[in-house]
Amino acid sequence: MKIFTKLMGATAALALMAGTAQAEGQLSIYHWFEYIPQELLDQFTEETGIEVTMDTYDSNESMLATLKAGALGSYDVAVPGDYMVQIMIGEGMLDTFDSSELQNFDNIQAQWLDVPFDPGRTHSIPYQWGSTSFAVSRDVFSGDINTTSILFDPPEELSGRINMLDAQGEVLLMAQLHLGLPQCSAERDHIKALDEMLQEAKGHWASFGSDTAKDVLVSGDAAVGQIWNGFSARARIEGANIEYAYPVEGYVAWMDNVVLLKDAPNRASAIAFMDFLLVPENAAAVTNYAQYTAGVEGVGPFLEPALLSSPEQNPPDGAPVGTFTAVCDEATQTLYDAVWTRLKK
Amino acid sequence: MAGLTNNGGSKASSNIFGGIRYWLLAPSWVVIGVFLVMPVGIMLVYSFLTKEFRGGVIWEFSIAAYDQFIFDRGLFGDEEPAIEWTYIVIFARSIWQAAIATVLCLLIGFPTAYFIATRPPSSRSAWLFLITVPYWVNLLIRTVSMKFLIRDSGPLNQWLRNLGVIDSPIHLINTDIAVQLGLFYSYLPFMVLPIYASVERYNFTLSEAAWDLYASRWTTLREVLLPAVKPGIIAGCILVFVPSLGAFLAPDLLGGAKNFMIGSLIEEQFKGNAGNWPFGAAASMILLTMVLIVLMFYSRQQSRSEVEGH
Repeated sequence: MKIFTKLMGATAALALMAGTAQAEGQLSIYHWFEYIPQELLDQFTEETGIEVTMDTYDSNESMLATLKAGALGSYDVAVPGDYMVQIMIGEGMLDTFDSSELQNFDNIQAQWLDVPFDPGRTHSIPYQWGSTSFAVSRDVFSGDINTTSILFDPPEELSGRINMLDAQGEVLLMAQLHLGLPQCSAERDHIKALDEMLQEAKGHWASFGSDTAKDVLVSGDAAVGQIWNGFSARARIEGANIEYAYPVEGYVAWMDNVVLLKDAPNRASAIAFMDFLLVPENAAAVTNYAQYTAGVEGVGPFLEPALLSSPEQNPPDGAPVGTFTAVCDEATQTLYDAVWTRLKK
Repeated sequence: MAGLTNNGGSKASSNIFGGIRYWLLAPSWVVIGVFLVMPVGIMLVYSFLTKEFRGGVIWEFSIAAYDQFIFDRGLFGDEEPAIEWTYIVIFARSIWQAAIATVLCLLIGFPTAYFIATRPPSSRSAWLFLITVPYWVNLLIRTVSMKFLIRDSGPLNQWLRNLGVIDSPIHLINTDIAVQLGLFYSYLPFMVLPIYASVERYNFTLSEAAWDLYASRWTTLREVLLPAVKPGIIAGCILVFVPSLGAFLAPDLLGGAKNFMIGSLIEEQFKGNAGNWPFGAAASMILLTMVLIVLMFYSRQQSRSEVEGH
């Protein structure tokens, strides 16, 4: 019996040691697909000795679903968009940190410091920000593209050649802007109008796909693609003859943020990683790769010059500003879910 | 699967393992319990729970998921319930696609299996090897490659155009035909292999005897060969039909995620935006019931043919 107890003790001690060793040397990231260059992760491992594993998702909603399905506690950080940060705080899925824990906290640009979705930045730091609109193939269509009609009531040559993002938030907000409806309105007429318009528009669409949004434009499978601005820039760089639209009705604005997840198995590594991403040179590396805009001061000298004149980052004069997604109450959101379910079924 | 039919004599097995027989079976029972009964049980329970806002479940009994499957109560949920055709259509489309895939696989798989089984034994393994080669590559990658092949500006259309067969590209991508291609291609070997196993054990002197008795080739095939290899054919059909029914990669990647099949409908409830777990579980239970009906049909056929055979 004594031997048994000793053995148990030794095993427990071993397990504990293994546990702490893991806590010091590992980081588990849940990230958007194609959103961070591998070299930057390698550099992080080189500087800190922390080994990184990463899984990816393709919409804010599917990330939330996966974390709620029991993945919380297996990841340290995730990168939700602005409204999703607010939802996750509300769901109690995020851990807090003190700004003093991050040496580079002061690098955050003033405009992104006290944001409505995370007042005082106690759960999140800025990652990148940008817009969601759509890109149109100039081989196929030469007319005016700065209207949301291109997506929802397209001219004949574009009908049947449209790829939409497979993301509820971005499709519905774009549809609301098209109809001039307010966000988070539970009014029956508004919901009905939204539903009817989308059901009709679906007839013009070829496919739903987020992780394929760039490829379908490069390959020519789609002539119009709802897409994030940086992803559109990358499609253009890869050879697609496309133009990114700034519709007069409006378009979606967003900011992605690195959040500290609740029950993070490696909290210290997560903090180190967030600190690492606030270094201007590293934030610039992400921007150079993903073609969005960093929320960190001092990235300028490290950016590729082509970015300064990139049409996806520089709206023309007179273009409206983007609209951020609002977080709706449960009753309204349930109706939006129903609209989305009916659209996808 | 085809091998199952040949164990008619094993029931009168010896008593070597006497009292420990059940213990020896324990590992299989544990595996079945942990990997089959428990997951299905969880699914069954979840299908009767209440949906939680933004995904997840509340532990309250509810038949809302099954109600949603069967009845349409309008956008606001306050209209007179009408029959909800959407999901019936999705299931019908899935069954239809799976059935076509099965027939196509059978039409191509049977001659292929026959061909291989009638080669000299030394070269058979080489032929089987060739059948399996494409399947060393991950299903996802094969499905994406298929997409590249059939797109409007892809090699298939280029080739047909260069041959002068067509003027404008055949639009295949994001259509049901593309989904069908994906299904058929993915599951073809599941048809070839069991049929091959049956045909290989077929006693070809029976065909010669039929020929000697003035049966035509067609009669010989229909009355002699087919009944003998029927278990292999049925096994192959099930192995193609059942996974086709639940497939979600092909409809997602080749069908453009627009026209749901059962598999993609269920996936959307858990991983997608919908986040309606009870509904996903209910749809899974309905699918499972359908598959069980097919399997019961199979086992009845099987036992009937055994009765006829002995």
